[in-house]
Amino acid sequence: MATTVIPFGPQHPVLPEPVHLTLKVEDEIVKEAIPALGYVHRGLEKLCEIRDFNQMITVCERVCGICSMIHGACYSQSIEELMGIEIPDRAKLLRVIWSELHRMHSHLLWLGLFADAFGFEALFMQFWKIRERIMDINEATAGSRVIVSVNIIGGVRADLSPDQLRWILSELDIVEKEVRELQDTMMNDYTIKTRTVGIGVMTKAQAWELGAAGPTLRGSGVAQDMRQQGYGGYAFLDFEPVVETAGDCWARSTVRFREVLQSADLVRQAISKLPEGELAVKVKGNPPEGEVYHRVEQPRGECMYYIRGNGTKNLDRLRIRTPTFANIPPLLAMLPECELADVPVIVLSIDPCISCTER
Amino acid sequence: MKGKVIDVTLDNVVGEVMNMKNDGQRLVSFSTYNAGEGKIGILYHFDKALENTHLRLVADMDKPIPSVSGVYFSALLVENEIRDQWDVKFDGLVLDFNRTLLLDPEVTKVPLANNLKIGPKN
Repeated sequence: MATTVIPFGPQHPVLPEPVHLTLKVEDEIVKEAIPALGYVHRGLEKLCEIRDFNQMITVCERVCGICSMIHGACYSQSIEELMGIEIPDRAKLLRVIWSELHRMHSHLLWLGLFADAFGFEALFMQFWKIRERIMDINEATAGSRVIVSVNIIGGVRADLSPDQLRWILSELDIVEKEVRELQDTMMNDYTIKTRTVGIGVMTKAQAWELGAAGPTLRGSGVAQDMRQQGYGGYAFLDFEPVVETAGDCWARSTVRFREVLQSADLVRQAISKLPEGELAVKVKGNPPEGEVYHRVEQPRGECMYYIRGNGTKNLDRLRIRTPTFANIPPLLAMLPECELADVPVIVLSIDPCISCTER
Repeated sequence: MKGKVIDVTLDNVVGEVMNMKNDGQRLVSFSTYNAGEGKIGILYHFDKALENTHLRLVADMDKPIPSVSGVYFSALLVENEIRDQWDVKFDGLVLDFNRTLLLDPEVTKVPLANNLKIGPKN
């Protein structure tokens, strides 16, 4: 049978960011997919050589807009580990609150985009309408809807007042109620199941061997989430990873849907355990010589930072491995033997973030 | 650094990575750093039940490094990225972007190896 080469991207209606796939197709069945990256590479890791370790928080928060809080927290925790700094418990839990709010708005954004990918516009608008409440919380508490910039080395720069905490809890009740109203549609609607069940299947063994991360890994039945390590404020909270076993697009979307509700629960737990106290400790000196390897769970999965200090205000090396970078090889394994029409849904099912992949 | 660190050499890196795979370890990623004049340090990060193990390889930048993409397919992206950032070549890379994974073909300076200029691409 003749092979046709179909270019997918870098500009495509389902892609918020540019990535290109060369699809080799036989009779509408994909036989091979080859990725091409580099459209939004910024070389942010290199900046650690000329920006000091405090300024690099601002850089790390801009690796990815939608994961900005968790990038900032991961970088701060790495530097704090390198410098042997123990931050106040209140700061740890405040980081958890903003991190989980970020996870909620990231997943809600993705759920809307996913609905849009198979033409379910009403569902897309519902998820994005709900998401606005989280964005409003970010704006009211940190002054910015997306990049909240609350992390500093040694703690956080912003606090939440008792009134704000009560308001966040009441907003979360509304968000949870509205999300639950969409649960039956998201999980059982005929159109959604037709487009997602049995599509882009990846087994548990494949997911592990290919180094998948986050909901892509847990959607294939692997119960691994970096929050199980108990880093930062997660040590104070009850947490079990959300797992689905089917390994298809439906399973990956269901993991994210359930994680929205789980994040709301984690924010409530963090608020209930939020102690009085300082927001940050004073930091003196520069990061010493040494290296740190730190992993956190972002909305898209495991994110890894490797930092090498040299005793000066600049770092020798900052290496960032984002979850989408880890999920591209699994994507290449999911696409062969799928229908061409399913490619957008499968690509979107890993929740690709190209700007953070390329940094 | 959290986790066990095992030093490896060019001769045994692929075998050690194979041992990690046989042990059920997941390849998280690699990290690289400047290990002195003309040398690159590569840390291969592995994970099993949230426990970390790292293989550390220090190698000359002007000699090819054995690729482990034949053992872990997921290594192909990070090895191509290292090729872009340091102009280090990998032997046996399953899909070689020839230093254009992230960079444009006309780029002639390697970002992370200071003062190292490279020729135009063929």
